[in-house]
Amino acid sequence: MKVAVLQFLCTNCEYDTQYAFEKLGAKVQIVWHQNTNLPQNTQLLVIAGGFSYGDCLRSGAIAKVSPIMKAVVNFAQQGGLILGICNGFQILLEAGLLPGAMRHNDSLRFISKPSTLKIINNNNIFLKLFNPNDTVRIPCAHAEGNYYINKTGLSSLKKNNQILLTYCNEQGQEINFNGSVQSIAGICNAKRNIFGLMPHPERAMDKFCVSCDGIKMLQGFLSK
Amino acid sequence: MKVEVQITFKDGILDPQGKVIKHSLHSLGFSSIKEVKISKNIILELEETNSQKAQSQVKSMCEKLLANTVIEDYKIKLA
Repeated sequence: MKVAVLQFLCTNCEYDTQYAFEKLGAKVQIVWHQNTNLPQNTQLLVIAGGFSYGDCLRSGAIAKVSPIMKAVVNFAQQGGLILGICNGFQILLEAGLLPGAMRHNDSLRFISKPSTLKIINNNNIFLKLFNPNDTVRIPCAHAEGNYYINKTGLSSLKKNNQILLTYCNEQGQEINFNGSVQSIAGICNAKRNIFGLMPHPERAMDKFCVSCDGIKMLQGFLSK
Repeated sequence: MKVEVQITFKDGILDPQGKVIKHSLHSLGFSSIKEVKISKNIILELEETNSQKAQSQVKSMCEKLLANTVIEDYKIKLA
């Protein structure tokens, strides 16, 4: 599989993401934000985590107007697979490719710790290797991960089964991790080709990590 | 022409900084404070001299970049 990983100014997870996908056997190319085209035959586009443009204005706000973003929107409209991790998720929200917005964590703290997540929906390429209610342990590192969506948006997310991951405790009960509406940690679009989550699966890939649960998540994109 | 844009959180959207400042003011003894809201001001200097055109340009800037209208409201003040 050919994976392209976007690199904006102040992106800092592009090499971890490259390592993770290469470990799974994918061919990975890092794409600079000033480019106006994605590499030919890109099958999966990953918007990696970090603090694009130093979170100037709002996290993800400046990245959404970068030159590469027109190609990203085209790719999305043609049904291309996109995964936004952390700041990548924020960028997808700012660009309107996923619904909702991010607020500052309700604790006002930068949260850097492992999170337990519950798989809500597996009817998608990303989480197809899991069963609903499975839990995974994935590291989080964000200041603005407090997901917001209005009531109409929330009912539409529920109706279309777009809520993919929620924060929970080890028993699988939902918890308030950062203030997110309905403890939402990850969603997809209605067409199920665009995915966004705040936790970092690329940081749960090796024995020395919190867990290896990230492998099974990213593997979803690569296995048939 | 100078244009000032004021961006605030929509009603009902948690303003965490406002909340913390409110608590701190309470702890200083300013117990009568009911609410504190934080806003962002962006001051633009435009070449445009027609105020109607300036208004519509800045509105478009707010919608496209300056504000996130999912969670924020904006007010445009022409100087």
